[in-house]
Amino acid sequence: MLVAGLLLVIVFVLMAALAPWIAPYNYNAISGPDGDFGSRMAPSAAHPFGTTIAGYDVLSRVIWGSRTAFLVIVIAVAASIFIGSLLGLVSAYVGGAVDRVLVMLADAIYAFPSLLLAIVMSIMISGGQSSLWGGIWSASLSITVVFIPQYFRVVRSEVIRVKAEAFVESARVIGASHRRIMFQHVFRNSTRSLPLVFTLNASEAILTLAGLGFLGFGIEPNSAAEWGYDLNKAVADVTNGVWWTSLWPGIAIVLVVMGLTLTGESLNDLSDPRLRLRRRAKAGSGAVTSTSVIAVQQAAAAAAGAADTAASANREEGAPS
Amino acid sequence: MSNVLDIQNLEITFATDRGPVKAVDRVSLEVAPRSVLAVVGESGSGKTVTAKTVLGLLPETAASRGVVLLANTSGGEPSSVLTLSPEQLRAVRGRDVAMVFQEASTALNPVYTVGWQIAEGLRAHGKVSKKAARAQAIDMLRKVGIPEPERRVDSYPHQLSGGQKQRVVIAMALALNPGLIVADEPTTALDVTVQAEILDLLRQCRDEFGASIMLITHNMGVVADLADEVAVMYQGEVVERAPVAELFAAPREKYTRDLLAAVPRLGGEGRVRAAERAMERALQPEREPLVRASGLEIEYPGRLGKPGFKAVKGVDFEIAAGEVLGLVGESGSGKSTIGRALAGLTPVSGGSLRVLGVEMLGFKEREFRPVRRDIGFVFQDPATSFNPRFTIAECVAEPMIVHGLARDADRARSRVNELLEAVQLPAAYGDRYPHELSGGQRQRASLARGLALDPKLLIADEPTSALDVSVQAKVLELFAELQRELGFASLFITHDLAVVDALADRVGVLLHGELVEVGTGEQVLGSPEHPYTQRLLASLPVPDPVEQATRRDAWRSTLSGS
Repeated sequence: MLVAGLLLVIVFVLMAALAPWIAPYNYNAISGPDGDFGSRMAPSAAHPFGTTIAGYDVLSRVIWGSRTAFLVIVIAVAASIFIGSLLGLVSAYVGGAVDRVLVMLADAIYAFPSLLLAIVMSIMISGGQSSLWGGIWSASLSITVVFIPQYFRVVRSEVIRVKAEAFVESARVIGASHRRIMFQHVFRNSTRSLPLVFTLNASEAILTLAGLGFLGFGIEPNSAAEWGYDLNKAVADVTNGVWWTSLWPGIAIVLVVMGLTLTGESLNDLSDPRLRLRRRAKAGSGAVTSTSVIAVQQAAAAAAGAADTAASANREEGAPS
Repeated sequence: MSNVLDIQNLEITFATDRGPVKAVDRVSLEVAPRSVLAVVGESGSGKTVTAKTVLGLLPETAASRGVVLLANTSGGEPSSVLTLSPEQLRAVRGRDVAMVFQEASTALNPVYTVGWQIAEGLRAHGKVSKKAARAQAIDMLRKVGIPEPERRVDSYPHQLSGGQKQRVVIAMALALNPGLIVADEPTTALDVTVQAEILDLLRQCRDEFGASIMLITHNMGVVADLADEVAVMYQGEVVERAPVAELFAAPREKYTRDLLAAVPRLGGEGRVRAAERAMERALQPEREPLVRASGLEIEYPGRLGKPGFKAVKGVDFEIAAGEVLGLVGESGSGKSTIGRALAGLTPVSGGSLRVLGVEMLGFKEREFRPVRRDIGFVFQDPATSFNPRFTIAECVAEPMIVHGLARDADRARSRVNELLEAVQLPAAYGDRYPHELSGGQRQRASLARGLALDPKLLIADEPTSALDVSVQAKVLELFAELQRELGFASLFITHDLAVVDALADRVGVLLHGELVEVGTGEQVLGSPEHPYTQRLLASLPVPDPVEQATRRDAWRSTLSGS
């Protein structure tokens, strides 16, 4: 599962990075050296995935689309991790009124339909204009707003748990400042579930982006390629027997989301030793690990004094974790 | 009559990330009818795994070989536990063998009444009407000595005290009158006075109900009190088996002798040392004590509108420079709360507490911070008191970094190495992470951290109660040695009277937030005046079966007297 997920993610990242070299045409090209591509052309040698109603090459649009999706994921997730976990840390550590107000705000955002919120945000940010970076920023920031409560909650609950641990108290006894306790002792121990939320959110970010594009709040085809927009324009094609315009962007979305989700789920399994698969032990196999502190053994008794102290040091190392 | 349990050449291997690990290696044990076999050993010696095998409770990662024969109470052939099907195993459990767990509070289901839980065992083995099951549950509760069983049968676990919960667990084990009860550390989580009562109940199980007991424990006092026969386990093997009197009087193996020597005893050499130190201090001019509490009160705030809980009610004590004050008391007596108040972790609500010249009643963190340099703290559980993301060297260097004595852990490294050496850890251990060290090593590193700034006062909150006896002996020895060398004063909090006797100059006994007795170890533990202290001392099982038998009678008379 992990291998399959990682493979999909790697292919996706490579596609995004190498788009100008892999894609046969530019994302906004409607004509090549041999003249116009033509509208709704069936798959052929020149256009392996066919062309769209506006005359774009589907294969090129799918490849270039991965670049837009990748940028949106990186910006959206990075911004929401940063803001969300910082708020969660402060909220849980300080507690009291600050905590209550922040939790209430997070709950209020949860209560909002996330796509509606994203639409409002994207209109506010782009002001109705469409450009590559305008589109990417509006999409990613609207996703950020939706995701902040998730990171906030995850980090907050972890911090509340860690805050009660003895090592935090021991830092307080030493006289460490609040800032040092917060970042050095509490936060470093509260991030273990972030990779999981990160991968799951990344796939949700793609779906939100595609949803925005599908509803017409995405990026115009002359500024960047975007899978959701292409799907929107392909709606009419489906009933006309033109299957290639909707199939390929759709498959791209499904595969990337699946790759990210698989990676996230297997990360979860890996971090929990109880879910990890092991080969069964054979009866009577294996060696006894030394667990004793009292350094005596019939064999060791025969050994000389110098060897005995060395052995006792070794024996102590075999500590059960 | 044949044996109730017969284990032959048992071998158990666990699959781990680092390959197979053998936990039990060619163990053979027999339990005779109406007898108590105690299995003792350090943690990791395989005693709990052996016990779980008897009930077929091994996890999936374990593979076993050998024979475990369990007598059938209904008169049939003995069953071989390792080869039973899950169905047959279920029939055997409860009827032929039952288990008493260490933590009664986690072994009971919090959402059902105790009566329901006892009846559950009966229902699992044949049809019983609701009325009959309830009647039997009440009967069982009465037999294990729970007052008002007709009312208590409808109680939920949280409504019972720790000792009563353990009684309920024993009642559940006894419900079907099994031939064998496996008791895994049945008294470890209990206070000494409660422990004595539970041990008495287990003795009744043998004498009156005719059950055999396989007792897993690391407490030599408990062994001396209850066992008929003892098996000593060491690294997965049984190294010595003997009747209890013989084992304590003349242990054959060197390992057994060392294990027995590690058990702290009352009235040991600690008192001699304390007397010496007292003589020295008497020669020095009188100085202001480091800590002075007068009428100290600590209250935990209650929920809105409800009164708070007063954990400490008007306590007076002093700690002079270089003096070790031992605080003993049972759980809930407020001893840890006092330690935390001294370190400024819990606010003081009344009276006065002066620590190194700072009044702790309504103190400000900013004023107290410079004083923290002179206070070290050693926590109870070495597993959680280290930041898991820091190396040991970083953890030990932390106080120096916080107080500006070193910029980062690397620059403090030479001092850290000195400290690690002082607590007898190799300097290379500084590069390891806390989870890579054993409990005893971690607690020594914790001591090194507490001493990093050369404090005048060290607060030790149950520093050895999470450790094995053998490790505890080492840590205590180290503590006494360092205290002699560095001369810090200390508040040593513990529930173990023998530990406090080995270390403390003066001993204070806490009961329900009040200090009932203070004095030198010789006064308080040698000739206690307060009845509570007397009862505490009488409840403490000593690792000597002959002496323990006479003490037990004395303990019974204190019960009937009160």
